[in-house]
Amino acid sequence: MDIFNVITPGPYLTVQDRGRFGYQKMGIPISGALDSHAFHLANALVGNPPDSAALEITILGPRLEILSETDIALTGAEMKMALNGNPAKCWESMRVRPGDILDIGQAKSGCRGYLAVGGGIDVPEIMGSRSTYAGGKLGGFQGRPLKKGDVIQNGRKNLLTRPRRLAYSDIPKYLTEVHIRAIPGPQDDFFDTGIRILFHSSFLVTAKADRMGYRLQGPLVSLKEGMPKSIISEPAVPGSIQIPADLQPIILLLEQTVGGYAKIATVISSDLSKIAQATPGDAIRFEPVSLEAAHMLHREEFHRLQTIISLLSSR
Amino acid sequence: MGKGLFKKAHFRIAGDCGLLVEYGDAIHPDVNHKVRSMGIILEKEIPKGVVEIIPTYRSILIFYDPFITTPGLLKQILIEQEKRLPEIKIPPPKLVEIPVCYGGAFGPDMDFVASVHGINEADVIRFHSEADYLIYMVGFTPGFPFLGGLPDILHTPRLETPRTMVPAGSVGIANAQTGIYPVSSPGGWRIIGRTPIRLFDPNRKNPILYQAGDIIRFRAITEKEYQQLFTAETG
Repeated sequence: MDIFNVITPGPYLTVQDRGRFGYQKMGIPISGALDSHAFHLANALVGNPPDSAALEITILGPRLEILSETDIALTGAEMKMALNGNPAKCWESMRVRPGDILDIGQAKSGCRGYLAVGGGIDVPEIMGSRSTYAGGKLGGFQGRPLKKGDVIQNGRKNLLTRPRRLAYSDIPKYLTEVHIRAIPGPQDDFFDTGIRILFHSSFLVTAKADRMGYRLQGPLVSLKEGMPKSIISEPAVPGSIQIPADLQPIILLLEQTVGGYAKIATVISSDLSKIAQATPGDAIRFEPVSLEAAHMLHREEFHRLQTIISLLSSR
Repeated sequence: MGKGLFKKAHFRIAGDCGLLVEYGDAIHPDVNHKVRSMGIILEKEIPKGVVEIIPTYRSILIFYDPFITTPGLLKQILIEQEKRLPEIKIPPPKLVEIPVCYGGAFGPDMDFVASVHGINEADVIRFHSEADYLIYMVGFTPGFPFLGGLPDILHTPRLETPRTMVPAGSVGIANAQTGIYPVSSPGGWRIIGRTPIRLFDPNRKNPILYQAGDIIRFRAITEKEYQQLFTAETG
C-alpha cells in the first residue's frame, strides 16, 4: 500500500534493514541500519518482525504526507516531530491517517533517526535485503536516497490494538563525548606507542563522517618504526579502526568492504550504534577490551534488547 | 614452497565477529592459489556459525556468529582443513573472456598510457589483451576485480586527481594492476577502454561473472561490435 509521499527528504533519507549478508566476496558491503539498536526498537514499537525495513534519517528529518492508516514510530537521534503541526513524541507508536503531514526536524542530540511503519517499508528484496547501498546503486528505493515526490509503500499489517511506548530508562542518551570499546587488532603489531596514543587520547569526529566511515582528528597514531605505510588490500569488518598515511584514524562502517591500511583495533559490535549517533564535532575516546569481554558484552546487549522487545509486545 | 607463502597460517583477531587468516605476505599467484583452495574447501563444508567467507590477495576473512562458534574452534577447523589440502582436488580456475573496445571516447587515458611508455595505441591494446590476468580479489565496488599480471611495459601511475565519475564497464590501469569498473563510481585508474558486458547485475542468478582466483582475458573489439553487444546486454 502507498504509505508516504515525500514532500522534502532532508539531506540523506534511505531505506535500511538489518543488512545484506553473504555477498562481501563480490564487493557488496553489508549496508543496513547504522544504529541497529535504535532500528530494532523502532520496528518493535510498531509490532514489526526484526527483518522489516525502516527509513534511516540523517541529521535533519523529512516532511512526509501520510497516504494510508498505519502505526509509525521514530527512534534514534533526538529530533523534534510534529503531526499536522502538533508536537509528537519519539520512542512510542503513533497512529497516522491519510492526509496527515508528518514533520521531523533537526537532531538535537544524536545523528540518525529511524522511522518504522507498520508492515515495514516495502521495496523489492535484492540479494536478500531491502537495504540501500547507494555506492553500488542497489537495494532500497531504486538504489538511491529518497527524493521529493517519491511515493513509498509499506507491507500489509494489522493496526496495533494499543499503543506501545519505550520506558524512559530504556531511551539511549547520546552524549557529545562518546566512549567506545575496541579490541586491539588485526594489525596491532604494526604499532607500539600508537596503541597508547589511541587508547589515551580524545579524537574529534570530522565532517567526513558517513555510512562508509568516520574520519577522526587527534594526535598522530604513529606506526612502529620501519613498518610499511600500507598493507596488501584486505577486507575490513565494520568497526575497523584504520590508520591511513596521515596517521588520523578512520572507523570503517557498513558501506566499505576493503581497506589498504593497517587496522590498529576494531570497535566491538555493541558499540557500533554509538558511533552511528556521533556527529561532527563530538569527541571519541577508545578503551581497550579483550575478545572474551567483547563477546560477553555482545550477549548482554542482545539479551537486553530482547527483553525490551518482549516487554513491548506483551503489554 | 612458493614465494611469500607462510609455513603456517597466521591468525588475526578482527573484532568480535571476524577472524583473519593469512597464508602469505606477498602478492603472488602461489599465495593466492592457497587462498583460493582454502576458500573452496571451506565453502564446500561451511563450519558451523560461519556467516561469510571472503578470500582476498593473501588472506581469508571469516565472519562468524559469536553465539554459535568461537575463533578458537574456527582456528582448529582451519588447521585441520589445511592438512587435508593435498588430498583434495581443486577445480581449475574459470577463464572469463571480457570484450573491450579500446581507446577513443571509451579510453580517455589511452593516449597518455601509450605516450608515457613510448609506444603506440596498437601496442597498448596488444600487450593488454595478450596477457592472462589472475583475479586476486573482488571488492571496492560490486564485482570490481583486482587483476594481477599486467605486463611491465603498461605499469602506469594513477591519476593525480581521481575522476568524480567513471562509467560502468571502464577498463583501467593503476600501477601494476588492471581492473574493470562494474558500476559507475568515482575512480583514479587510467582508463584505456570499455566493455559492453554487464559485469554486475543484482537480479541475475550469478550477480557477477567470476570470483577471486579465476582468470580474465581481454579481447579487443571494434566500436560496432561494442554497440551490438551492448544492445544485446541491455535488450
